[in-house]
Amino acid sequence: MTGQGDFELVGQGLACARGGRLVLDGVSFAARAGAPLVITGPNGVGKSTLLRVIAGFLDLAGGRLLFKAPSVQEEAPPAAKHIHYVGHLDGVKSALCVRDHLIFWARYMGAEPCSVDAALDAFGLTRLAALPGAVLSAGQKRRVALARLLLQERPLWLLDEPAVSLDKAARAILRRVITNHCANGGVVLVTSHESLEIPNAVDLTLSPPPQRPAT
Amino acid sequence: MFALANPHRFLSYSRVLTPWAGGLAAVLLLVGLVWGLAFAPPDYQMGDTVRIMFVHVPSAWMAMAAYTFMASASLASFIWRHSLADIAARAAAPLGLGFNFLALVTGALWGQPMWGTFWVWDARLTSFLVLFFFYIGYIALWEAIEDPHKAGRAAAILAIVGFINVPIVKFSVDWWNTLHQPASLIKMGAPAIHWTILTPLLIMVAAYTALFVALVLMRMRTEIFIRQIHRLQISTALDTEAPALG
Amino acid sequence: MDEQDSQRHMSVTQWDMQSPASSWRAFLALVRRDLRLATAQGAGGLQVVVFFAVVVTLIPFGLGPDLPLLQAIAPGLLWVALILASLLTFDRLFQADFEDGSLDGLVCGPLSLEGIVLAKACAHWLTNAAPLIAATPVLALLLNMDMGVLGFLILTFLVGTPGLTLIGALGAGLSVGVRRAGILIALLVMPLYVPVLIFAIGAIEQARRTLDAGGGLDLLEPNALFLTAASLVAGLVGVIAAAAGLRLHISG
Repeated sequence: MTGQGDFELVGQGLACARGGRLVLDGVSFAARAGAPLVITGPNGVGKSTLLRVIAGFLDLAGGRLLFKAPSVQEEAPPAAKHIHYVGHLDGVKSALCVRDHLIFWARYMGAEPCSVDAALDAFGLTRLAALPGAVLSAGQKRRVALARLLLQERPLWLLDEPAVSLDKAARAILRRVITNHCANGGVVLVTSHESLEIPNAVDLTLSPPPQRPAT
Repeated sequence: MFALANPHRFLSYSRVLTPWAGGLAAVLLLVGLVWGLAFAPPDYQMGDTVRIMFVHVPSAWMAMAAYTFMASASLASFIWRHSLADIAARAAAPLGLGFNFLALVTGALWGQPMWGTFWVWDARLTSFLVLFFFYIGYIALWEAIEDPHKAGRAAAILAIVGFINVPIVKFSVDWWNTLHQPASLIKMGAPAIHWTILTPLLIMVAAYTALFVALVLMRMRTEIFIRQIHRLQISTALDTEAPALG
Repeated sequence: MDEQDSQRHMSVTQWDMQSPASSWRAFLALVRRDLRLATAQGAGGLQVVVFFAVVVTLIPFGLGPDLPLLQAIAPGLLWVALILASLLTFDRLFQADFEDGSLDGLVCGPLSLEGIVLAKACAHWLTNAAPLIAATPVLALLLNMDMGVLGFLILTFLVGTPGLTLIGALGAGLSVGVRRAGILIALLVMPLYVPVLIFAIGAIEQARRTLDAGGGLDLLEPNALFLTAASLVAGLVGVIAAAAGLRLHISG
């Protein structure tokens, strides 16, 4: 079952309007298993918007989004159950301890409870497991947010600036986790300002869409 | 979404229509008010106070009509996501609120000589009071959400929910009224109205409708221009930023 | 680490499974989490009960210690006080999850937005409305309420408050991105509360009359039926509209 391109996400001429303006226009890409797509570009060019469009939070104003899965014949946009979305907000509750936070997400997504320990371990959070979110540093919260990725296997990962406030060691973990997911046949789309040095990564550089009125 | 009726066509039609509607409203208002206040006969029971009806009835009618208009525009906005429908709903709300306020005030002024008190918890007055609060809530929601597209969608949901709520409120308030007060009050609007009163009344209703149309069109045009300016400002700002980014 | 991961090859069927049971588990998980957060963050339910008691205590100072009068107005007074107390907390119903990004993650789970609204409203009811209802008998004593009427009042609370909570969710869902939305929500939900309040008081009045005449309680009398219907309609409309509101704000 190792990924000979099991899953594939294809975007064709994607457009998205916000506040009456086109933020994305004519964005095309193909993200294959085994080759994470790193989305770059200047501020305000629509990197986060693109991820939110793919996650289904925003409506497409044009273009097609196709998710090819091995067991599914017809091609359709990705469904929520295919997706792990980790945005730039961590979603860590100050009153919950790290372990309880992950136990909740495991239960909520219907994952095995034992996955929590593995996820804690993978992101070096085992020693912090009993600490409430309120006392965590920004980088630690980031790791807690990313640990959700390992609770349940989902083929499509959408990561919005995952490396922000991570130290060198944590970046190495993130790189390894992404590489593993790709090796298992998963698809990863990640936005980043700085190079993540992920092997096999494919670059998608967004540029501002030409200004045409959206009404 | 972009293919539906465009604001430019609306702007050119409305530019012609607005002064005509405004002029019609002015003429009808003049005729209706003079007829109603000076020439219509006083009521045998209510005397000259009946003349408040010439303001009260059309106001109340328009408060409901404006709400129906708003709800229909909201439904259209929700289904077709057309920003013109949002703009129409938004334009109607303060007008509906104004008519509603006028209906409440004239109702209270009429009630003083009739019931000996400015306010009674009569079923109609109470329903209008609830509608009054609904208008305020609707406008407040528009004002509270900064992004006009989002605000329009949220307000559309509220207007549709409110439209489902209106008959329920009406029914419950009627029910409550009969529960707490025996039906001893004089109902506004006698069953048979003589044509000498009915004619100026209908003229006033027509005048208010024309006024509403004129004001809605004016407010819609203003809103469209404001949005265009806003969009231009953003585009200009982004264009000037772009070279700096290289 | 690498060894462990290499065993976790993506099985094709695993991610594709989704059953009603998984939705139910997710629902319970979300309710449990919200209950924990509510109890952890400074006894929110208790504050609401205290506010409820303060309102009910202030009324006799405003009206004078006339026990027959207080007894007569007690059901309406308690209903209005309950509504005021419940309005205090709706602004926080979705705000935290929206602001810290949790809502994005929740949407990617097995629950629809309607399910998420329902789960969070359930937790809200358990931590706000339920304590208020539990405190009602004590406050009813202060107002010299008749025990039979009190029983019926609590029954109307139990029927009416789920509807009120979901209307509150509607107000909260529509205004989720707004700062200090408390007063806005009060304004939005007030016209929607009116029918529930009217039928609840009508039902209690009717019950009082029957009790005075020595009859038994009739749960199928029109006021009680209308109350149930109003609460159901409010709940249904509330869930759908709140979910639509959240969907709208997520898309931003």
